[in-house]
Amino acid sequence: MDVTMPPWRQGRRSHFPGLPAWSMPAVAARSELFGISAFPHIDPDWAWAGADGDGVRIGLVDSGVDGTHELVAPIAHSWQVSEDDSGQPRVEECDPVDSAGHGTACAGIIRDLAPRAEVSSIRVLTDGKFGSGAALIAGLEHAIDYGFDVINLSLSTTRPQFRLHLSHLADRAYFRRCVLVVSAHNLPVESYPWTFSSVISVASHDEADAMTYHYNPSPPVDFHARGARVPVPRPGGGLVRSTGNSFAAPHITGICALILSKHPWLTPFQLKSVLYHCAANVRR
Amino acid sequence: MPQDLTGDVTERQLLQSIVEVARHIYAAAASSVFMVNADIGELIFAAVSGSGEKSLVGTRFPADTGIAGWVVQSCQPVIADDVAETDQFARDAARSTGFVPRTIMAAPLIADGECIGVLEVLDRYSQAPAPGRELHDMELLGLLATQAALGLTLLRERERAERHLDRMDSLVARWSGRMPTGSVDPLAVTLLAASVDVLERQWRMP
Repeated sequence: MDVTMPPWRQGRRSHFPGLPAWSMPAVAARSELFGISAFPHIDPDWAWAGADGDGVRIGLVDSGVDGTHELVAPIAHSWQVSEDDSGQPRVEECDPVDSAGHGTACAGIIRDLAPRAEVSSIRVLTDGKFGSGAALIAGLEHAIDYGFDVINLSLSTTRPQFRLHLSHLADRAYFRRCVLVVSAHNLPVESYPWTFSSVISVASHDEADAMTYHYNPSPPVDFHARGARVPVPRPGGGLVRSTGNSFAAPHITGICALILSKHPWLTPFQLKSVLYHCAANVRR
Repeated sequence: MPQDLTGDVTERQLLQSIVEVARHIYAAAASSVFMVNADIGELIFAAVSGSGEKSLVGTRFPADTGIAGWVVQSCQPVIADDVAETDQFARDAARSTGFVPRTIMAAPLIADGECIGVLEVLDRYSQAPAPGRELHDMELLGLLATQAALGLTLLRERERAERHLDRMDSLVARWSGRMPTGSVDPLAVTLLAASVDVLERQWRMP
């Protein structure tokens, strides 16, 4: 065993001098060596060969989803967070539309990897007037109450007062077996919930294969998945190539859907372990 | 030069410098910056460099639409390539620059953990396309945006301090103006002595 400090003990690197070292820039995964004690027989073939996502319900907490797009439809359920008379966030059903174009892209990635998974949309994008942190929490809480098997989240909040509430939600999701897949922040901002140990956090690599992802031995990000030049559907039809950590998370969400459709009784800790075992840099 | 006179000249100069640098670093067709007005949920088009309609500076857009809307909410940079004319992203960009781009890169300006603006670079490497550099391009834009946000934060703190000083000067001048008119209300003197006492106590405390 290598006696030098392993990556998980080295402390977080400062990518932006003088600013907090909380960020995980979207760069190609570093080829660090680290020790592995693997369970036998867990490999991509066992994990997802022949799977298509059937029976798995996914909640996409994002900017909404364009339910008319041929690469995304059908959207099973669609909600949005709006403001009630007293200024508090409220979740209500809505038509599947996408104001920013982002949720549609994420849904397309998930649909491409797990074509028979059921995808629903929770729109939490606000115009900023009543607070995006409150909207995020309201939408996420709704998704956890609803009981989705996998919840994809590309948003975060920096407010300390939301951190406690979010960590309670993340724990609740974990214990209810609602796996939270969250994209990591790649700017020097301390935000939540991607930094929690109870979620699956994802940053980007720039390799072309959608099913290739790497385990990251340096906390807090768990995995690097495809996040560069990703072909994604855009509202109104057609494809656009997009780059960003928020497009890497849906790849892991799709892969989770494949694994759960084949092995539906996996707990969140088992599922993360399966992801670990099937990561390209762990299987080497 | 922009005709909009609603902002402080120094902040406008900083914003213009930000987009000039961004456009040159990426050899881009255009770069623009939007500032967030959280009170009314709008993005205000603040500066543009390159192919752009400078007369559009000062126009406003809802803060929850398009790539800029996503960047404000997520505080994350994003790139969209192969954008088509019919694309919502392209239309949004066209509203501010007057032309329809093929590639859009956007990053948030972050101060105190909040997004205060969005920096966009349109059609980067317009003379010599450079595919395969997306993650690096985005990281560099993030660094630029971070520096820009630091500059804006410093400016705004200075403006706040100046406004505070102006208010104090005004209060002191009004108080002093009462002095030559004979006896001053004893209550006013007591309050002034108390406020001086508080300030001196604050200075003495570690």
